[in-house]
Amino acid sequence: MGHIVLDNVKKSFGDITVIPPLDLQIEDGEFVVFVGPSGCGKSTLLRLIAGLEDVSSGTIRIDGQDSTAVPPAKRGLAMVFQSYALYPHMTVRKNICFPLRMAKLDKAEQDRRVEQAAAVLNLTEYLDRRPGQLSGGQRQRVAIGRAIVREPAAFLFDEPLSNLDAALRVGMRLEISELHERLKTTMIYVTHDQVEAMTMADKIVVLQAGIIEQVGSPLELYRTPRNRFVAGFIGSPKMNFLEGPEAAKHDARTIGVRPEHITPSPSEGVWKGRVGVSEHLGSDTFFHVHMEGCAEPITVRSGGEVDMHHGDAIYMTPDPGHIHRFDGEGLRIA
Amino acid sequence: MARTVTTQRKSLNTAIAWGIGLLIFFPVLWTILTSFKTEAEAIADPPVFLFFDWTLENYAVVQERSDYMRFLWNSVIIAGVSTLVGIVVAVPAAWSMAFVPSKRTKDVLLWMLSTKMLPAVGALYPIYLIFIELGLLDTRTGLVIVMMLINLPIIVWMLYTYFREIPGEILEAARMDGATLRSEIIHVLTPMAVPGIASTILLNFILAWNEAFWTLNLTAAQSGPLTAFIASYSSPEGLFYAKLSAASTMAIAPILILGWFSQKQLVRGLTFGAVK
Repeated sequence: MGHIVLDNVKKSFGDITVIPPLDLQIEDGEFVVFVGPSGCGKSTLLRLIAGLEDVSSGTIRIDGQDSTAVPPAKRGLAMVFQSYALYPHMTVRKNICFPLRMAKLDKAEQDRRVEQAAAVLNLTEYLDRRPGQLSGGQRQRVAIGRAIVREPAAFLFDEPLSNLDAALRVGMRLEISELHERLKTTMIYVTHDQVEAMTMADKIVVLQAGIIEQVGSPLELYRTPRNRFVAGFIGSPKMNFLEGPEAAKHDARTIGVRPEHITPSPSEGVWKGRVGVSEHLGSDTFFHVHMEGCAEPITVRSGGEVDMHHGDAIYMTPDPGHIHRFDGEGLRIA
Repeated sequence: MARTVTTQRKSLNTAIAWGIGLLIFFPVLWTILTSFKTEAEAIADPPVFLFFDWTLENYAVVQERSDYMRFLWNSVIIAGVSTLVGIVVAVPAAWSMAFVPSKRTKDVLLWMLSTKMLPAVGALYPIYLIFIELGLLDTRTGLVIVMMLINLPIIVWMLYTYFREIPGEILEAARMDGATLRSEIIHVLTPMAVPGIASTILLNFILAWNEAFWTLNLTAAQSGPLTAFIASYSSPEGLFYAKLSAASTMAIAPILILGWFSQKQLVRGLTFGAVK
């Protein structure tokens, strides 16, 4: 079980309010990702749920019980930290076993669970090493091992992959997703990387300055962002925004079109521009196009190889079904 | 770019360093040499350096006249127990200041250190009276209490510095793993701080061992440690340099040997935080 409800939760440090009162519901077994730019309060929100920070007002309920004043150890949650936070003086076995020792489980059960976790995470042969003798990925797996042996109500991940290199990150991302499939335990995952959010989440919570901008499934956020911020934050490369006459044509203050919803052509199209930087990846080609009347270059994605380069004239046609319209406040116009 | 140092420069630096080292060490060396001289040679003019009749007579006399082992034992008990009690008191104090600091933490730390700036003699009279009242005068218990209290600021400061180097996330992880405050300190913080705690213990043991002001003023025949043992040889009936030197050598030998074997730990302790 791991049903978490935040009711009017607020956090201030002195006079500074980091998280204005907010409500959030996390269903049992859900993989929820908190995403947002750095300093948006996503880690603070996670630490409030963990109990590592006290809420200034409001209540946190875990599985129906008011846990607002319950110490972290008693909340039945497990956390994986960005820095792994392994105990450097203990072997991998002792690290993983630590929560079980604290819970005073009998020795045989401790051993059984540690062996099981080690087998799941491919750590069996490293059990007698110390964290200092492991690679970054292995350390991360030990941190996850320490979390799963407790069989917690929910896992909390605080940017767990940001210290790993790109290749390892992709691998660990898959491992965590698989773990979730297998355990079906609630997971709350904090990241600033929207690709991680899109690929792993059942539900994404987009935060900015402590305020929840939108909650929804990855594709909901992609298809119908509630405002300009979410539209620009979700999706990679980010959405292009146009103002002025182009927007007025659609009865909006601003319109947004994703790079993948613009068709480039060397000869004909709705908008005309000139190729600035072109990125040829083989599988995709990206053009950064300078268009008259646009302050920012427009990004265009085309599948496969396209033979257009720096300085070439380019014509672009936005897909009419994928033009997002926003009003003066930046809110979506339905 | 690495700075280039010429061979001559290196030799010169080495010579200067040795010169200063010997100058500092000379009084100790002289004490040790004098302890092997006769009383006449000890006050000879011009002084004799190495070429004299080496004798162990002073050591025999000193051992005969006073019970060295009793003083030694008192030193061990007073320095050892006061340091250990100090550590037990200081670990939680340093923990709270390092990991849950308040607005006043810095002030508290400075205030604690400021007690070391008070001349000890300023507190002698009240403490002496308290000791008479409580029957602690010339007892090891009394000295353990005083030593512990006067060294506590240093112990807390040193531990605080070590604890500050331990990432808070690890303690938070322990909290998430279900550790109570007590197990967090016993199973996670203390083992991680072992090198720091070891050098703190060592330094404070040495400080307590060498402390003379309080031991001389608060002890008499019963609980005097080695500092009192040395002082008992500077008697008003005339100074016996050779015997005084023998007593001094016997008093400093244990701590000198301890210091020699734990050099590495001590240097780390004294320079901790300066170089990572």
